[in-house]
Order: sequence, then structure tokens, then C-alpha cells
Amino acid sequence: MIEDRSFGAKLFNLCNYLFLTVVSLMCLLPLVHVAARSFSDRAANTSNIVVLWPLNFTALNYFQLLVADNQFIQSMGISITRTLLGTLLYLFVIVLTAYPLSKRKGFPGRDIFKYLLIFSMLFSGGLIPTYLAVRSLGLVDTIGALIFPGMVQAFYIIVMINFFRGIPEELSEAAIIDGASQWSILFRIYLPLSLPAIATLLLFCSVDHWNSWFDGLIYMTKTANYPLQTYLQSRIISSDFTRLMNPLLARQLSEKGLRSAQIILTTLPILIVYPFVQRYFVTGLTLGSIKG
Amino acid sequence: MTVNQVAQTGLPSKSKSFSMFLWRAREYYPYYLMLLPAFLGLILFSYYPMYGIIAAFQKYNPLLGFANSPWVGWANFERVFARPDFWQIFRNTLFISLGKIIFGQLFAILFALLLAEVRFLTFRRLVQSLTYLPYFLSWLVFGGIMVDLLDLNGLVNNFLQAIGLQRVLFLGTPSIFPWTMIATDTLKGFGYGAIVYLAALTAIDPSLHEAASVDGANRFQRMWHVTLPGIAPTIIIMFTLSLGWVLSAGFEQILVMYNPIVYKTGDIIDTFVYRTGLLGFQYSLATAVGLFKSVVGFVLIIIAMIAARRFANYRII
Repeated sequence: MIEDRSFGAKLFNLCNYLFLTVVSLMCLLPLVHVAARSFSDRAANTSNIVVLWPLNFTALNYFQLLVADNQFIQSMGISITRTLLGTLLYLFVIVLTAYPLSKRKGFPGRDIFKYLLIFSMLFSGGLIPTYLAVRSLGLVDTIGALIFPGMVQAFYIIVMINFFRGIPEELSEAAIIDGASQWSILFRIYLPLSLPAIATLLLFCSVDHWNSWFDGLIYMTKTANYPLQTYLQSRIISSDFTRLMNPLLARQLSEKGLRSAQIILTTLPILIVYPFVQRYFVTGLTLGSIKG
Repeated sequence: MTVNQVAQTGLPSKSKSFSMFLWRAREYYPYYLMLLPAFLGLILFSYYPMYGIIAAFQKYNPLLGFANSPWVGWANFERVFARPDFWQIFRNTLFISLGKIIFGQLFAILFALLLAEVRFLTFRRLVQSLTYLPYFLSWLVFGGIMVDLLDLNGLVNNFLQAIGLQRVLFLGTPSIFPWTMIATDTLKGFGYGAIVYLAALTAIDPSLHEAASVDGANRFQRMWHVTLPGIAPTIIIMFTLSLGWVLSAGFEQILVMYNPIVYKTGDIIDTFVYRTGLLGFQYSLATAVGLFKSVVGFVLIIIAMIAARRFANYRII
């Protein structure tokens, strides 16, 4: 590649680096600002002078959330539970469903099932009918409402189907000759070969579960049953943040500081895990149905 | 006899016999069992709720249920279409959605093009890491952060005042609110959206670029004559598919960031359905609007998929 060393090229490069730096900072600094606020005291927060560094450092906001506020911990427990159970369920359904559908040779009913799956991606009953259906199944106020309704993730299933199709059929044919059942083919051959894809989908499903708050909002009638993000939402919109708080502590806290701490704590798992698994997220999208 | 042996020797003359079917079925039992969980899931949570669509044609009363609620035919739809605020909501949805598609994709393309010009790999990876991050935050978290930043006394307004401009009520001014939604959505999604374009960029034959530079093309000429045509199919696909989902303008984002003052320009179909249906208990009305959105959306998606296949040779499955 002939590299252009003219002044114009250097100027372009400089502007480019500058632009990209600014844009990257715009993605990072808002988080830094909120983190700074969460560690600042009431005076600094109410006078809005916090920029990127905590002023009058205090950990009281976190104390209130992690120690004094029982609901926060409880909601975190609910979120952790639903993320674990839900991700396992989703992956279970994804792998089991993708395997038969990825086979080149069809079987009676395969096409019908495929159309059922795709149609469910394109058309839905809508919010109200789905809500009424889940309610009629008795899932309201149970963890089931957070796990079961989304168990058929059609898009991820399609990703998995495409991945399975990349595995040579000769492997399973050879295994059949050796007397293997379809189950052993799936679990002993296809699964080990699909670990990158499964790891990626595991991450996507976990993030989807951890971040979902709307289902908690509509299917739980009591705050005690809220997953973490739903609880965060209820605190953000409620006007009286000092409710249920020790009055001595409440006087030391500010609304903005407390909210900032909530935001940081809620998204902390993702922030911690992100640098390590970030490359899986990138490959994930290109694993999908978009081929050249 | 194993299935393979049967296949090799050819089918017996009574090939349509029941035993033949049983041999076949024996091979397929595992498949059906494997599809069972998804089948149940689809029935229970995708198709069973569709029965509830019937409420759009009734005056649904939860106490009476679907079976006994009075039938009103198209009355709910007539009522909804007669409301001026419904068409306002429809316009809001289209405005915000199209704005996001156009600005979002354009910015992602621009970002991908510029990022690809960076030779310094470490810097490029760092930029990618940072710009993908907002995509993985929930709208509750990211929206909450934005609400804080865009507050009248927040960081952005403090900055505006510092450089001599007026403070802006980003989330409280009806004329500005849609743009705030478009801008914050672009910020959250451009990094991740650029992945597709970056992949497309690497798929362009490098010898085309070399030939162009040998012929004397500078960076911008190369971009115009080689790069853009190279990723044009990808751009068309992304735009076309996005249009299929144009009626979904970002429900979670708007729910977190809107308020009654900006309903005029910020209320979209989904937030309207949520408020009137779940909060206002007008089940029939909300179901009717939801059905309208689902049907129109379905038609749009089918059109979009056909168009994508026709113009850019792209198949979904």
C-alpha cells in the first residue's frame, strides 16, 4: 500500500484521530461523570458542580444502597437468579431447536415449524394480549414471568442454525454408522464444536436478562418482587427518595447522588465483565445471518 | 435392518406400509422431542396471546373474559382513527424512527469509514471498545445517565452556558425532544451499528484500492469511487431492513426519558398502547392500536425483505 505522506494526508489523520477521540470520550465520560457524582456529597451534588471527579468524597450513597436498603439487595438477588436461570433456559432451547432445523435432510413438519418460528418474529399479538396471556398462565409475581415468555429467541436460534450448518454432515453420518443416536451426536459432536458460538450467545442472553426491566414492571405487582433494573426505574421516577430511609442518613444524601450510585451499581457487572468478553460481542454479530 | 441398509437395498414393494413409516419415525423421534420445548414456548407465548387480539373487536371486560365480552366489530378502530392525537402519535413514531434510521446509519457509516483509515491498531481497538460500550447498557441506565447530563443544570447545559450559549431544555421542549431521542439513540448504537459496515469494508478487494491509488486517486476519491460502491449493498440492506421495523421507534428509551410535557411530539405508538392499556385499563382500545401496528408492521417487514432480496440479493434464511 503506497502511503500518502503529503501534508494533506497528515492533516486528515490528525483531524481523524481527534474526531475519533472525541467520539470515544462521548461514550465514556457520561459514565465517569455519574460515577463521580455517586461518590460526591450532598452539597456538591445539589449545586451541580461535579464534573469528572468526586467532590468531598463520600461512600454514603453506596452505604445506603448496599447496607441500609434491603430492597436493593433483594432486587439484585432476583436479577441474578433470573439471569442465571433465564440464560440457561434460553441456551437450552436455542441449541435443541437449532439442531434438527439445521439438518439438510428434512423431516415431516420441519418446514411448518420453521414458518411458525419465523412468523413469530414478524408478527406478535401486541403488548396487551401478551400481558393477558402471561397473567392467565398464573405467572404474575413469579420468577417464571421473567424467564419463560422470551424462551424462544428466534433470532439467536437462526444464528445457531447457521453455525450448525457449517459443521460437516459427514461427522454425523459417520456417527450414525457407528450407532450413535441423534442426542449423542448433538451433545458429543456438535456442542463441543460450537463452543465459540455458545459462548457468544451466552453473553448476549445474559446481558439481555440483566438489562431487562420492563417485564419486571408489568408482571410484578409488588416492589419486593422487582428485579434490579425495575427497582431502579421505580426509584428514578418516584418523587420522594427519602421514603423508607433512616432520617439521619437521608439528610446527608442527595437525590442525584443516590441515583448515580444506583446507576453505577446496576450496570457494574456489565462494566466489569465487558473488557474481557468484548471480542465475543463483536464476533457475535458477524456469526449471524449476515453473510457477504 | 438399519436405516442405512434399507436405503441401500431399496424400498420393499410395500413401501407405503405402516412399518416403513415407523422406520422413518424412529429416525425422527429425537427431532420432535428436541423441538418440543420451543414448540411449547411458541404456542404459549407467541400464538396463544394472538387469541387475545379478539379484544380489539370487543368491549373487553376482564371480569367477563374473551368469551363473554360484548362484540363491537370495528368500532374500536373507528374511535381510534377518529382521534386527532392518534395520528399525531403515528406521525411522531415515523418522525423519530426515520430520524434514527437516517442519522444513526449515516453516522455509523461515517464512523466506520473514518475508523478504517486508522493504521494504528491499538488506537483502533481502543476506540472500538469504548464506542461499543453504550450498546450493552440498558436504556434504563443509559437513559438515566442522559437525563442527568441533559438536565437544565446538568453538564451539557453548564458547558453551553460556559461557551456563551443559552441553556436548553432538551427533554422538556416538545420541538427538541425528538431530536434528543435521535441523538441519544445514535450515541448508544453507532459503535455497534458500525460493525456491519466495518466487516463490509474489509470485504472490499484491496487490489481495487491499490489500482485506484496507482491511477492517482487521493483518499477521498478512493472513498467515493471504490469504498462507497463496495459497501453500497450493505447500506441498502441495512436501510431496507430497518424500514421494516419503522413503527417501533424505541419504546424503552422513550418510556424512560419522556414526560407529559413532550407527549405532543414524543409519544409513540408503543408508549400510547402501554399508557392506555396497562395504566389506563382501556384494554380494547390499546389492543386495537397494537393490532394496527402489528399488521402494518408485518406488511412493511415482508416488503422490506422482498426488496432486500431483490435489490441486494440478501436472504434471511
